[in-house]
Amino acid sequence: MIMTKFTRQKISILPIKQNFMIKNVVIKIVVAVTGILMAASCANVKAYQKSRLNDSEMALSGRKIEKTDANFQSYREGSSGANGGKTGGGCGCN
Amino acid sequence: MKKLFLTTIGLYLLLLNAFSQKSSADSTGYAPKPLNLEEVNLVSSYYTQNGDHSPVTGGIGTEKVTDLSNGLDVKFTGVDLKGRKHTITAGFGVDHHTSASSAFVSKTGASQTGGSRIYPSLNWEVENPVKKRTFGAGLYYSSEYNYQSFGLDLEYSKKTKTNGEFSAKANAYFDQVKMIYPSELIPGTTTTTDGGTTTYTTASGRTVTLGGGEDKKYNIPSSPRTTVSGSFSFAQIINKRLQGSISVDVVGQSGYLGLPFHRVYFTTGTDAVENLPSSRFKLPIGARLNYFLGDKVILRSYYRYYVDDWGIRSQTASLEVPVKITPFFSIAPFYRYYTQTASTYFAPFEQHKETDTYYTSNYAYSAFSSGYFGFNVRIAPPKGLFNSYLNTLEIRYGHYTQTTDLVSNVIALAFTFK
Repeated sequence: MIMTKFTRQKISILPIKQNFMIKNVVIKIVVAVTGILMAASCANVKAYQKSRLNDSEMALSGRKIEKTDANFQSYREGSSGANGGKTGGGCGCN
Repeated sequence: MKKLFLTTIGLYLLLLNAFSQKSSADSTGYAPKPLNLEEVNLVSSYYTQNGDHSPVTGGIGTEKVTDLSNGLDVKFTGVDLKGRKHTITAGFGVDHHTSASSAFVSKTGASQTGGSRIYPSLNWEVENPVKKRTFGAGLYYSSEYNYQSFGLDLEYSKKTKTNGEFSAKANAYFDQVKMIYPSELIPGTTTTTDGGTTTYTTASGRTVTLGGGEDKKYNIPSSPRTTVSGSFSFAQIINKRLQGSISVDVVGQSGYLGLPFHRVYFTTGTDAVENLPSSRFKLPIGARLNYFLGDKVILRSYYRYYVDDWGIRSQTASLEVPVKITPFFSIAPFYRYYTQTASTYFAPFEQHKETDTYYTSNYAYSAFSSGYFGFNVRIAPPKGLFNSYLNTLEIRYGHYTQTTDLVSNVIALAFTFK
């Protein structure tokens, strides 16, 4: 008796390379969000305890003066975004 | 008996007074206030760079650029009758740049090397402090000689009960790229008659005929470029000294995504205008973590992973360390490292084949690493500098180098008036 092996073939809408790319990024996002949400369980900080957190240099955004940095980097580099600035468009940049 | 009766009456009156001060729960965070000027910000910067891989000349040649940039924004705030805080920010920016390689848009090097860009903007935000949510909308416009852009966005954020905040933003830019080709590559037939008539043909085959002294500058055809993005972020206070955030942008672009004056030289020595796909999908994901170390030092860190469907993968990591010399004066050295892989469509000078479908020699799409270091000085005394309206002064200097031999320096000043 001859045993034949059947291999399961996945039918993908996107090319295999893009599937891997998106899967890789999704895993990174899930890990990061899980980490932040787990950290949220420690966030029992009262308003009067936020003096250090409220310091202007503790803000979770770039400084206004950094706008020039983000601008020239968007022209000279191939990537942009995820920093509160431009993600593309609005200029002859990348 | 009389004393007992009077004491009872007195106690009863005291009880009444104890409740007379009770008022209904305050359902608004702010008292109504008309729109008032709250803050004015002015940022000026001077940027210079040099390199040897200009995309105008096919990936070789000078990349010398200088840029003087000035941006002003004015913020008004007010509170409506329902206790919601409204913030209106009007901005205006002017950049003037010179670019040595722009001269070679013309084969003879006779093209203009400078230009200016203006970019006004208007933003409106309304915050409900009771429901802890904020809505906002913005309008943007940008205009320079070869590029016009109109943009708009909508945003929403909501604070959680556990010191967190979700934000979402939808953004769109509708751009027009003026099709200024290198002089030897202007498409279609150019005809000059005794009357001075000239005919231009666009990439779509549309023709524009000019004559009788009309200034051809204003009638060069343009091609559209559209960018649509969704941005999502979540920020969280972790403890009394530590907070972090994560941001994801999903970006789609379509239309003319190259620049018409960028040349590509093939292995045969012939040249063409760079040709890039008419769509692009980008996915950057970034994270920030800020920590207050001791009483005088802050650690501001940032990491970004980026991927797109043009083959570029990049990683960015930066660390800035503000040191508070006094509570109102800090010096912050910083370092940023960046590395990217090359786009599928990039090749250096005379490396593309004429049979390639898409091709560019713009080194912004090549494989390289870069380092950017400098320092930021911040002065913000509580009564303002020299007891004036100048609330904050910042000075920032940075030196940037790429492994492509591009080098740049930037110095910026920021003034905040309150």
